[in-house]
Amino acid sequence: MSKAKVATIWLDGCSGCHMSFLDMDERLLELAEVMDLVYSPLVDFKDFPEAVDVTLVEGAVSSEEDREKIIKVRARTRLLVALGDCAVAGNVPAMRNAFKVKEVIGRAYLEDDLTHPQAPHIHVPPLLVKVKPVHQVVKVDLVIPGCPPSANIIHYAVTELLAGRTPDLSNLTRFGA
Amino acid sequence: MKATPKSINAPRVVTLKINGQDISGREDESILDLARENNIFIPTLCHLDGLTDIGACRLCLVEVQGMNKLQPACVLRPSEGMEVNTDSPRLQRYRRMVIEMLFAEGNHMCSVCVSNGHCDLQAAAQILGMDHVRLDYFSKPRTLDGSHPRFVFDENRCILCTRCVRVCAEVEGAFTWGVMGRGIDSRVITDMDERWGESTTCTGCSKCVAVCPTGAIVDKGKGASEMVKHREFVAMLREQREREG
Amino acid sequence: MLLDDLHGIAKRERAEQARHEQHIVVCTGTACASARSAEVQAALEGGIKVRGLEKRCAVTPGGCRGLCAAGPLVTVQPQGTLYQGVHPEDAEAIIESLETGAVVERLHCHTDTPFFTRQQKVVLEQSGLLNPDRVEDYIAHGGYEALVHALTEMTPAQVLEEVVRSGLRGRGGGGYPTGLKWSTVAKAISDQKYVICNGDEGDPGAFMDRSVMESNPHRVLEGMLLAGYAVGASVGFIYVRAEYPLAVKRLEAAIKQAKKLGLLGANICNTPFSFEIEIRLGAGAFVCGEETALIASIEGERGQPRPRPPYPAESGLWGKPTLINNVETLANVPPILQRGGDWYARIGMDKSKGTKVFALTGRIVHTGLIEVPMGITLREIVYEIGGGIPDGKQFKAVQTGGPSGGCIPADQLDLPVTYESLASVGSIMGSGGMIVMDETSCMVDVAKYFMEFSMAESCGKCVPCRVGTAQMYQLLDRISKGEATLDDLALLEDLCDMVKHTSLCGLGQSAPNPVISTLKYFRDEYLAHIVERRCPAGVCKMSSPAHNGHVSELAHKEGVR
Repeated sequence: MSKAKVATIWLDGCSGCHMSFLDMDERLLELAEVMDLVYSPLVDFKDFPEAVDVTLVEGAVSSEEDREKIIKVRARTRLLVALGDCAVAGNVPAMRNAFKVKEVIGRAYLEDDLTHPQAPHIHVPPLLVKVKPVHQVVKVDLVIPGCPPSANIIHYAVTELLAGRTPDLSNLTRFGA
Repeated sequence: MKATPKSINAPRVVTLKINGQDISGREDESILDLARENNIFIPTLCHLDGLTDIGACRLCLVEVQGMNKLQPACVLRPSEGMEVNTDSPRLQRYRRMVIEMLFAEGNHMCSVCVSNGHCDLQAAAQILGMDHVRLDYFSKPRTLDGSHPRFVFDENRCILCTRCVRVCAEVEGAFTWGVMGRGIDSRVITDMDERWGESTTCTGCSKCVAVCPTGAIVDKGKGASEMVKHREFVAMLREQREREG
Repeated sequence: MLLDDLHGIAKRERAEQARHEQHIVVCTGTACASARSAEVQAALEGGIKVRGLEKRCAVTPGGCRGLCAAGPLVTVQPQGTLYQGVHPEDAEAIIESLETGAVVERLHCHTDTPFFTRQQKVVLEQSGLLNPDRVEDYIAHGGYEALVHALTEMTPAQVLEEVVRSGLRGRGGGGYPTGLKWSTVAKAISDQKYVICNGDEGDPGAFMDRSVMESNPHRVLEGMLLAGYAVGASVGFIYVRAEYPLAVKRLEAAIKQAKKLGLLGANICNTPFSFEIEIRLGAGAFVCGEETALIASIEGERGQPRPRPPYPAESGLWGKPTLINNVETLANVPPILQRGGDWYARIGMDKSKGTKVFALTGRIVHTGLIEVPMGITLREIVYEIGGGIPDGKQFKAVQTGGPSGGCIPADQLDLPVTYESLASVGSIMGSGGMIVMDETSCMVDVAKYFMEFSMAESCGKCVPCRVGTAQMYQLLDRISKGEATLDDLALLEDLCDMVKHTSLCGLGQSAPNPVISTLKYFRDEYLAHIVERRCPAGVCKMSSPAHNGHVSELAHKEGVR
């Protein structure tokens, strides 16, 4: 049996979900026997491959780049999993939604007493007006709330998915867990 | 005119069915009381033992045979032969949607909330299986009032259950909390929409802090792990007062 | 006060009126008043004086004649000649015609047209004919006869019996049988009961109750008195919105006059029956038309509904049994008592008896207030009474019931107007708003308009109405701008279902109705907005495909959601 192709991507989030993924520790070795990590910020692949079985998405959709990325990933993935509160609900990145983008940029780059106050504008993707959870941009097959979801939950979810089952996470995790 | 029958003052005991289970109850008890006595779960948010029920959050809606509208269990009284259903796919769908609406309305980021882990809204979302919100988040800018020396009111977390309003009026008798505005612009306020710290009516009793289901009204300077709430005190206080006359 | 005294007053009033050969009645209702009818009245009075005709001709204020769009309206009695669109400059011509006996043709409004002849008036039968400022005029038209007769000759149970027999149902929208409501309150055991007259008319474009209160305030008082007698109440409240200053003024004056005559107060007609009426002003919240919210408002609380049961009939104002009826419902009661329940039950159709007042507005030739027998078809109302659609346009739909009602399409025009038939096509009778729409109306836009109204008027107490109406409005707004997907439409339908079945009061429970009914009959219009980004009626403006280049929010427009 060929190994399942698994990917992870990192949109607007703190990387905590990826840390939690790494916290699976030695269980990663067991997983490596049934899956290949074909794309991830943790490994060095330049382009997102075709026909991925499972993609775990960390982070909310905040910028043009995030949006383009998630549309491409969705098209190349069979099962898309929103991992963690940012991907599921916007969470901390979405706290800027109550303000205008201009206000946010101004607060972050211009208002403080800086030597060279300037907003970044070259080679950085423009921000979207509103930060959105992944499922409000593309279709999502499974959501795993948690900030971050524990290594145990990620392990359970991934092994269940790889075994062809839909994991029931309702008693295991929640927003903010 | 006939004389008022004596029995009108003494509530009758009736038998009814909840989810097919035979139950007896007094006419002055609510369906919610009776369900809980019999370990039948009905979710609630605006209800709190010891406060007047208002039927506002609509989480406790149940189906009653012969009634064409769904009824809030917190204010529904039993009658002889009544048949109540507290759990159907339709009710579950509606309840999940109520929670979705509350998450979409406020700014509820559990991970950075001091009530994380002690929050009735967060718990309800988990129990009812509301794991993502399909509605648009309103993301409205809301204020935070930190003017009180001991407490904070963060409107971002408020779900307008009015427990604070009721406990302040019914138990403390201070009438500091109120509601202003209409519809989606409704807000819970202190006094005449003045800063809490400058309130002339607030006694600082902290009952509102204890009953608040979310992280909207909290003690200052406490971390999430310290923010344990003791919501059961209202019912105990009420009982005690009634005993002492 | 006995029947003889009443007849004495009527006789004196008629003699007083007969002192003048002719009466020029100027409508002083809000619609005509805003078209400067007060100036017309002054000009007429001035002209009469100049010509020295004061002895022969009197100028008096009158109530609404219904054809409000053609105001100011002036009637010359006893000929009954009706003039429309009268300006102060026209006073001369009208006065001249009194002397010549000719009719001023350019102002003449023919009353032998279907707008007048197809109507059947019970509630409005005296509107426009009597001077709303004079209780004597009301009495001269048979007013308070029903009350005095009931108090002196009938038991409360007999009064109740007549109302039950009439088949009258609530005219505020719900259509609950009035007799049943009365008997429930009558049965309740309590040391104190109340009667509330609900004059918190709030549907956009509806002004039936305002017209009744302005044109015939004593009719409302008499209805309340009869209700109070039948159910055993001693105090009544009229809840009127403060936006109706003229209605408030007329009601206040009417209460004073009735008290003076001993028709209101202690031991009315020397019987043990006592009844006081107070006016309470509403601050213009639509939700206060909902009975439990209205009661909370009278109690001095925030105007928010309470869960029912318990119903007001059992536990209402200050926890006491309370009868709460709409203005038009109560205005039907005196004629029912005067002419008998059986007479009333002969008007109408099936389970909808009597007449109904509608405020006919929108894309229609004759805009105004009409009263028609139940069972009349929508086609008769639109094409005969209403005079059809102006400018040769095509009829599209008629909206009844305001923000709680629905849109009825052209192929249902032969539907008889009854509570049941309107409900069967997804609308409601409502309080009487009737808006006609033609091909230039966009149904998505109509649904959005009503949803915006419900959202703004939601009291905010229960979650489904507070958040649901705002969510639905947002989705409708997106659809109208061509920014929505089919998933959004599915979500909108889910929301409609949820809000309808879980909201606390009638406002929330019926708020989705305009969406549900337009989706039922005009789904193709929704799809045109979503799929083709096109508004078939040419009303909605589509947003540009890529707005605001640098920072954009395009996600849902790509159809990838």
